[in-house]
Amino acid sequence: MQAKSVKYRLGKSYGFQLLTYLLAFAIVVPLLAILFYIVRAGITKINWHFLVNIPKPVGESGGGIANAIVGSIIIILVAAVIAVPIGIMAGIYLSENRKSKLAYWVRLSTDILQGVPSIVIGIIAYFWLVKPLRGFSALSGSAALAIMMLPIIVRSTEETLRLLPDSLKEAALALGMPFHRVIFKVIVPVGIGGILSGVMLSIARITGETAPLLFTAFGNPYLSVNIAKPMQSLPLLIFNYATSPYTDWLNLAWGASLILLVWVLFLNILTKLLTRKWKVQL
Amino acid sequence: MESTIIKSRNFNASFGSNHVVRNVNIDIPRNQIVAVMGPSGCGKTTYLRCINRMHELIPGATSEGEMLLNDEDVYKMHPIFVRLKIGMVFQRPNPFPNLSIYDNVIAGYKLNGIKLPKAERDRIVEHSLTRVALWSEVRDSLNKKGSFLSGGQQQRLCIARAVAMEPEVILFDEPTSALDPISTSTVEELFHELKANYTLIVVTHNMQQAARVSDKTAFFFLGELVEYDETRTMFTNPKDNRTQNYITGRFS
Repeated sequence: MQAKSVKYRLGKSYGFQLLTYLLAFAIVVPLLAILFYIVRAGITKINWHFLVNIPKPVGESGGGIANAIVGSIIIILVAAVIAVPIGIMAGIYLSENRKSKLAYWVRLSTDILQGVPSIVIGIIAYFWLVKPLRGFSALSGSAALAIMMLPIIVRSTEETLRLLPDSLKEAALALGMPFHRVIFKVIVPVGIGGILSGVMLSIARITGETAPLLFTAFGNPYLSVNIAKPMQSLPLLIFNYATSPYTDWLNLAWGASLILLVWVLFLNILTKLLTRKWKVQL
Repeated sequence: MESTIIKSRNFNASFGSNHVVRNVNIDIPRNQIVAVMGPSGCGKTTYLRCINRMHELIPGATSEGEMLLNDEDVYKMHPIFVRLKIGMVFQRPNPFPNLSIYDNVIAGYKLNGIKLPKAERDRIVEHSLTRVALWSEVRDSLNKKGSFLSGGQQQRLCIARAVAMEPEVILFDEPTSALDPISTSTVEELFHELKANYTLIVVTHNMQQAARVSDKTAFFFLGELVEYDETRTMFTNPKDNRTQNYITGRFS
């Protein structure tokens, strides 16, 4: 009787273990499937011509996505210029004033902001920037993306600085340093690895965002570097061309998807490598 | 008469409603080593941190009474100025992990934005490291990170960092409690060298250390300064019963 019950319990245990293996494997399958499918469809479309030319009009074959690559880079850089200083400063505030009332509200706002659907942020940017400025612009797209970057940068800065021991700050203060120097010469340099990896993660996060750009940066079939005018970006190009009936445009969308995928993967891997390299020994 | 560098008059310190330093009156003579000993939680570290105004950095911390440095109340000076005059070495070695050994020594200048000519910087670094008996050990690796050194070397580096600012007083908060016995004795030997130029106040929970290194000893108990005397007198002929009990090991 007893032996039988042990056997039954062991069997249950093995069964459960098997289930966890299967489900863990099931997570890997879709990812690999997506990668395989996009690489297979995209890799044949990518060549030098594809990277340095802009899309051809309907009816002409060939063309490339240079305008979308340049546009994405510009829109993201401008978004980073807006979001990084604000995000890092807010993160410093949170780590320095853990219990203040303002800190509570800032934390709550970043949490809520993180959950706001990207399309809603796009609409806000539309009403706040596109309408008053009377026109779609890359800048309004950057502003929308900057809002999406903020919570990630704020929280990663806060988490990083929080982990630094108080002894470090005390060492600096005991040398007669004023507070702003303690922050910018000691605390931030020591935590720079964590802060920058937050910045890179936030960039990886917004690289593929389409919704906030739909009615802000809008898209542009030509190469443009003027941030006050509409600009193309990779996700916008994919959105517009993938739904078109023309084979040439579909091909461009596949190639662009692969580029976008590689870009995001590269950023994620780079972040991992850099965090390891910048890890400060305390 | 020896001259007094630090004087406390009716000095009190609290964390919120927790009154940890009670009405302390003490005169610290110049160029002497004063040990502050007592059981855990007796307020000795808090008192030390009041001298260079590090205590007030903790939320809810308050203090009252007079703390005079050369007859000037440190609580009427700017804290940054106070901390330049009164250096501090902490319980655990805390060199700046992102800076080289060289930069750690001149951190007080470099990070405060005080520009010095290269020759002057080199002189300060060599001088300070020599003072703490570290120069011969690190002269060939000045550009390495300070965190590569051993614990004892790191602590001496932290002392060099305080010495480099040429303060008048250096406060030590249990400076050897995180060190091995050999590093501890190196640091203790240093105290005697440093005494010629600085006044040292050393908080320790180690009675033997107080007896070994100090000229005068202050015994704190439950926030009060119970007894303050020449170290020799204190350990051979304590006047207060509580001191007697503490140094004979009845409580710790």
